[in-house]
Amino acid sequence: MRHEKIETNVGLLIVLTLIVISIGGLIEIVPLFFIDETIEQVQTPDGKDAIRPYSALETRGRDIYIREGCYLCHSQMIRPFRDEILRYGHYSLAAESQYDHPFQWGSKRTGPDLARVGGKYSNEWHKQHLMAPRSVMPDSIMPNYPWLQENSLAYNDIASRMKALRLVGVPYSLTDAEYEKNIERFGKGIADQLNIHAAEDNLVAQADQGNYDGDQSRLTEMDALVAYLQVLGTMVDFKQYEEGHFAEFR
Amino acid sequence: MSETKKTGQTVQTTGHAWDGDIQEYNNPIPRWWLWSFYATVIFAIVYWIFYPAWPIGHSYTPGVMNTITYTVNGEEKTTHWNTRALLVRDMQTGEAAVKQRKHMQEVANASFSAILSDPKMIDFSSKIGKVLFEDNCAACHGMGGQGVVGLFPNLVDDDWLWGGRTEDIQNTISAGHIGFMPAFDKTFSEQQMDDVTEFVLSLSGQAKDKERVARGKVLFTGEGGGCYYCHNQQGTGIKSVGSANLTDHIWTIADVASQKDIMAKRTRVREVISHGVNRTMPTWKGRLSDEEIKLLTVYVYNLSGGK
Repeated sequence: MRHEKIETNVGLLIVLTLIVISIGGLIEIVPLFFIDETIEQVQTPDGKDAIRPYSALETRGRDIYIREGCYLCHSQMIRPFRDEILRYGHYSLAAESQYDHPFQWGSKRTGPDLARVGGKYSNEWHKQHLMAPRSVMPDSIMPNYPWLQENSLAYNDIASRMKALRLVGVPYSLTDAEYEKNIERFGKGIADQLNIHAAEDNLVAQADQGNYDGDQSRLTEMDALVAYLQVLGTMVDFKQYEEGHFAEFR
Repeated sequence: MSETKKTGQTVQTTGHAWDGDIQEYNNPIPRWWLWSFYATVIFAIVYWIFYPAWPIGHSYTPGVMNTITYTVNGEEKTTHWNTRALLVRDMQTGEAAVKQRKHMQEVANASFSAILSDPKMIDFSSKIGKVLFEDNCAACHGMGGQGVVGLFPNLVDDDWLWGGRTEDIQNTISAGHIGFMPAFDKTFSEQQMDDVTEFVLSLSGQAKDKERVARGKVLFTGEGGGCYYCHNQQGTGIKSVGSANLTDHIWTIADVASQKDIMAKRTRVREVISHGVNRTMPTWKGRLSDEEIKLLTVYVYNLSGGK
């Protein structure tokens, strides 16, 4: 029995197990980096990238989303089935989560999918619902998150956070060359938002203008989280594509 | 390998003995397991032939004899098997989708008065409308459309901020609204605030202090407060700006109706005057199709009987 040799040699067993397991993973994952259709090309009518990285405030909101463990009950992945798109809207594109590190797809839906929750409800609703979900949805089992409105938003490290995301490929700009490239790719308005040097100013300006938590006297975690929720799934205008357009990317 | 006796047959053991007498059988893999394993291998090979499977450079094997055909702008399009194309085909020719579309088109082509006088179409729109309402509207307006006092309007009462005709409701759902009333805490003095509050309560016959009412009226209907810009001189509200009718007994923002005591009523009204109102009804055009908005309109209209 030759397998006895492997079974009685722990080192060899570990090495061979790793090899066998990685073959499955590598064959499934690696080709996706090379196949042209993996990430859909989604552009605005004037030829800019439709999907942009999150603004400073939205990034901070996303941090809070992850901190509070929202992903444990909410997925962000609408699958291409009739029942799903009738309820949630167009199925999610790979392009839409290309700047998510880590992505929030998930597979456990205790609550509804949030991939296209942006714009579906008003800011006031989000605030009310996060503070006391049962005040608007009597059947809800979601916990209350009242501290979001009490906690001031800590954003002094936002530039460092964006620098870290830049290292894994999110096009936040640190140099003039990167900034120019972003103008070409996203347009001036968005390129300004992606400028790491202006991150804190941009964050405060967006929160002031959006007034996401209904309290303009201070900047709270509620501001950031609602700003993030309100942008989810809103970047692609699906009206400009004919039916079946995205089926060609599969 | 040593051998040992097991009820009438001889089975190999692995040859070790622990603690002197504990031995391990070396049975072959069960037949059924082995054949299941071969079956999965065969299944995989068949799958590779018919479905997208192996990566080749920038592309992949799309699978043969297994295509999906759907229609784009009257032209047939055929593609290799994939779930996105499957969905398009399901939406175009799937049994449930076709059945639903037939009714949808009937509703889309009919006028509101035609829909509301046809029991079949009312039935369809109340069923589909209920599902749409619960998915999209109930989060704010409640499962039964009862709303939340102070936050989200009640849709089952007889009061319509932005108008209760079918066209008004359709427009409200489609385009959304911003309900705005400025905060008057910096405009009015304490006494002026009391006066306007009393006048507002007097409009629905709930005031107690006639002097305050008289002074409040001047502020409300004059340039001092300018309340009449939006609520008009009589306080009945103007539908095109979504201002509340203050003369009826339906209170959607200040929770006056549930208060018995005049002091509590004053407090509620005062809060609204001093903080103002700022709320948003989201835009649904783009998120929902025109037919879905029409169905929802009929559903919402029927919740209260409309106006």
